[in-house]
Amino acid sequence: MIDFINFHLIPGLVLGSIYALGAIGVTLTFGILRFANFAHGEIMTLGAYLTLTMMWLTGWHPLILLPVTMVILSLIVIGMDQAFFKPFRNSPAVTVVIASFGLMLMIRSVTQFSWGAQLQAFVPGIQRPNVFFDALRISPKHILIVISAMVLMLVVHWVLAHTRIGKAMRAMSDSPELARLTGINTELVIKATWILGACMAAAAGVFLAYDSHVSTMMGFQILLPTFAAAIVGGIGRPYGAMAGGLLIGVTEELSSYAWLGDGPLLEPGYKAGVSFAIMIGVLIWRPSGLFRGRVF
Amino acid sequence: MAILELENIHGGYGQTEILHDISMRVEPGEIVVIIGPNGAGKSTAMKSVFGLLNLTSGRILLDDVDITNTPPEKVVRQGVCYVPQTGNIFPNLSVHENLEMGAYVRQDDFSGRLDEIYELFPPLVEKRNLPAGTLSGGQRQMVAMGKALMLDPKILLLDEPSAGLSPKYRGEIFKVVRDINEAGTPILMVEQNAKQALGIADRAYILVDGKNRLDDTGKNLLANKEVAEMFLGGGKTEVKKPAVRKARGTPKT
Repeated sequence: MIDFINFHLIPGLVLGSIYALGAIGVTLTFGILRFANFAHGEIMTLGAYLTLTMMWLTGWHPLILLPVTMVILSLIVIGMDQAFFKPFRNSPAVTVVIASFGLMLMIRSVTQFSWGAQLQAFVPGIQRPNVFFDALRISPKHILIVISAMVLMLVVHWVLAHTRIGKAMRAMSDSPELARLTGINTELVIKATWILGACMAAAAGVFLAYDSHVSTMMGFQILLPTFAAAIVGGIGRPYGAMAGGLLIGVTEELSSYAWLGDGPLLEPGYKAGVSFAIMIGVLIWRPSGLFRGRVF
Repeated sequence: MAILELENIHGGYGQTEILHDISMRVEPGEIVVIIGPNGAGKSTAMKSVFGLLNLTSGRILLDDVDITNTPPEKVVRQGVCYVPQTGNIFPNLSVHENLEMGAYVRQDDFSGRLDEIYELFPPLVEKRNLPAGTLSGGQRQMVAMGKALMLDPKILLLDEPSAGLSPKYRGEIFKVVRDINEAGTPILMVEQNAKQALGIADRAYILVDGKNRLDDTGKNLLANKEVAEMFLGGGKTEVKKPAVRKARGTPKT
């Protein structure tokens, strides 16, 4: 039982928090700009590398540097929007998706060129987990990641539910045409969307790197489960993205627990398939997702 | 002086011209109705005011200021509010948030105006925290109009506010339109239900094939034989004016 918590439930929550943060950005972009942003994974990667660089320069803890990373990454992402996505504002979604795919490859190449393709780590070596009650093993970084993720999700909730710009974001997600007729400054809302998405992507990238390592493929490797989380939660639904991320992260980790007999139910190598199984199930039985998002 | 004036406008979407020389005006305090057969360019004429199509000639004046081909987000700031026929609310935002969005371009405190809107549409008070998309058709129209009125516009444009509503709600919406007007907002409205619309109209324009066909007071048009044949079921049915409701005394802020 304690193994279940130590080796499956807690890592599941950590992974789920990371997926959830990434999925918030994916789902906001989808809801407001109406396209699936393939570059989102590389934005997370970029966040991790920015933090790594600042750690080299300052020697500070990654979570202390996270707010700085968020600011820098937001500026970079707004620049990317102006250069790569703004010219396509009135283009069909497919065109924009392809543009995001190209942007993804460009960011990855720049990252590899600047920081090298080899694995790096925030903190070299293995960290010992704290042991509670002689059995419960939780490493401090996991506690930090999960708590920070929860705080960030509350911030997202507060922005969307209680601020003028957050409400305008939801309004534009509902109907861009009506938002324009209402006098909402749609370009400003788009900027806010990128900023919120970039901040959450920065957190996802930094937490993922903090939990394992920094690599130029890290963002892309979690991009597909992140998309799955956004779809499971309901496209365009930030709360759905949070729930979908946690659901997929936890289920992925629980799938390799020894539910029947001694061996893992599913070999850990198949973990990645779990998110797609959930996604396909949701698409068949509840195509609008858990939180009734858009259906295509 | 007219609040809104369309002077010989020509235009349409892209290259296709839909409006061929349309002129109309709305005076302060008036309800002006546009009626006409399908495809006559009624909604298009209204959208032209809101900068939603490309005008090739003619001009549109708001309070004597030229607003021809001004984009919608700027027209709103000039004090024109437009309620489209469909998709006129944010379904996932609560009723209250919809009204707040209506006031998006206002920088001042609009809580007083919110109270007035709730006074004008009492059924919305208890639904204020529900997603607007869960409301009935008539109440959604109320949200849409309330949202538009948050800016206390110089003129309100309504595109078929009674479309798709049951007769009971239709009557209610026409009453609401009257109430809004009596509280001081001039209204330009496109309507399919010609009889009811002419009943509350001060003046009306009849468009056919993107051109002005007739314009007169609502009363005269209701009595007009040609109009009766065109829109009112051969003029056999008796014309009834909806009961005038007392103004709620909503002060103009």
